[in-house]
Amino acid sequence: MQNYLLFVTKRAVQLLAVIFFGVSAAFLITHLSPINPVEQAINRITGRSNFSPEAVADMRAALTALYGIEEPLWSKFINFWRRIVVLDLGPSLIAFPTPATTLVMRALPWTVGLLATAVVFTWLIGNILGGLAGYYQNNRVLKGVGIVAMGLQPIPYYIVAFILLIVFGFVWPVLPISGGFAMNVRPGWNWPFIGSVLSHAILPALSLVLVGLGTWFLGMRALVSNIISEDYVTYAELAGVNKRTIVASYVIRNAAVPQLTALAMTLGAIFSGTVITEEVFSYPGLGSLLIAAVNAGDYALVLAVATVAITAVAGAIFIVDLLHPILDPRITVE
Amino acid sequence: MFVIIRDLIRFNIEFAIGLILVGIVVFFACLSAFSPVDPSMIYVAPPDQPPSRDYWFGTNSRGQDMFWQLSFAFRNTLLFGLTVAVLSRMISIAIGLLSGYLGGPVDRILMFFNDIFVALPIFPILVLFYFVMRNDLNTVNLAILMACLGWAYDARLIRSVALGLRYREFTRHAVFSGMSSPKIMFQEHLPYVMPIIFSTAMANMIWAIGLEVTLAVLGFTNINIPTVGTTLYWANNHSAMVVGVWWWLVIPVILIVMTFIGLFLLAVSLNEYIDPRSRLRRMGL
Repeated sequence: MQNYLLFVTKRAVQLLAVIFFGVSAAFLITHLSPINPVEQAINRITGRSNFSPEAVADMRAALTALYGIEEPLWSKFINFWRRIVVLDLGPSLIAFPTPATTLVMRALPWTVGLLATAVVFTWLIGNILGGLAGYYQNNRVLKGVGIVAMGLQPIPYYIVAFILLIVFGFVWPVLPISGGFAMNVRPGWNWPFIGSVLSHAILPALSLVLVGLGTWFLGMRALVSNIISEDYVTYAELAGVNKRTIVASYVIRNAAVPQLTALAMTLGAIFSGTVITEEVFSYPGLGSLLIAAVNAGDYALVLAVATVAITAVAGAIFIVDLLHPILDPRITVE
Repeated sequence: MFVIIRDLIRFNIEFAIGLILVGIVVFFACLSAFSPVDPSMIYVAPPDQPPSRDYWFGTNSRGQDMFWQLSFAFRNTLLFGLTVAVLSRMISIAIGLLSGYLGGPVDRILMFFNDIFVALPIFPILVLFYFVMRNDLNTVNLAILMACLGWAYDARLIRSVALGLRYREFTRHAVFSGMSSPKIMFQEHLPYVMPIIFSTAMANMIWAIGLEVTLAVLGFTNINIPTVGTTLYWANNHSAMVVGVWWWLVIPVILIVMTFIGLFLLAVSLNEYIDPRSRLRRMGL
């Protein structure tokens, strides 16, 4: 138990380091550029609608204070971190004067919900099928699944998303292809809304599942086909242990551990997949917000989304890592 | 080298298929050297022509011959992937070998940074770079940037091999005969990690091309340079699928999927080749 606590502490330090370096990098990238963000933002806003000179001057003063143009870089850096700690990232420009944090918090549940469901589902199904395919190597159906997985695996998210969009949007329109829920339902804990949210999530989730399934399937099949030549599996077979027990608790369980590490490794990549998926299906999550912010030149919002994305991915990796020693009793935590 | 490739083609159907797929795409990309048209010019052909004898892949709504346009796009995309793969291999070899051979505090510090790079979500950072640099983010800059971000996972693999080599007899001999550390790393240890470098290079190319296309589809790269991503961007921008100019989207998608599957099969079969157990099983011994 004490060892486990030490392990947790070590990982927590690592998590904080990742967040610190990532967010600092995001800060430096945005602040070391030669472009003056205040003038850029003002040009963009005044280009679209008419403002009185007083209003522009006000806006310039507010933005200058926000970015702290006159301050030296190190004091900007400290101020930036102080604001992050209290979760204040300044007003966004696309929805001025709504704070960027509010917009991010509104989008976050959609992304996390979509991502968590898709990732967990994909990981479970891919590993179970892959494990079975590795154990029953002569099964025709599982061989077919293997060929399909091989073909699907290297295809990027957006292509699968486009294909789903074309098939279910134009060829066979049975599922909603855009938005997070239907316009005519009232958000809240009622059945029409929940149903609408679920049906709108099917296609975006499906595009993530289809791409991810192949990776886990192939990885698990390779792992299992190595494990079945291990002595303890042969011994269990000779001792007449039920085949199902062997597959479930001897083979798949042991092979699942490296797959869990792989899951932590790929979480960042899956995040970039959701950005595309959300954009294609106009899903109201973090990805759509990021793209809207970039297109509108919204400094504060882009930085806020990047910060949250880095923190969220690092946090998810942390959680996966904590599960590691629990799943595998063989791992002795130093 | 050639013996290995011949054996792989003979015994490993995946490798052969991968080689053929990548070969077709590379050949197609090489054709861009003989192009009669300048890929940056628009409205040089009748727009929206379906594939025909004159225009093999049709023409797009911007009046470009898709055959030559795509061969330029694939040349740029493949060169981009290759640049990222080569540059990031250099970083991961240096870090992996140093970390594995020297061990101790050097290893701990390098792996600390390695873990940070593994965990960083790269996509938002690349978007930030685009956001700040806009049109200065050309293909070369983007390639360097991705190479700097994409070395970490493979450096860890190389380190794990180098760790094993460190205690082998020949390393000790080299040390006792007075070989310098850099020489040991790059002359004695490098050949052992070469197979990993080749197979991870393919995976890295897939990653780099995929990320470039992702950024370009959203319009987050210089959209005036023809690449596979910008081709898809323009097709989307002109709603090619809705208007019925399907060849503008379908042909590049087929070709890019061919590239991805080809590279993936090469990476998988090389990986399998590295593992002697599965190689013997494949040869039926």
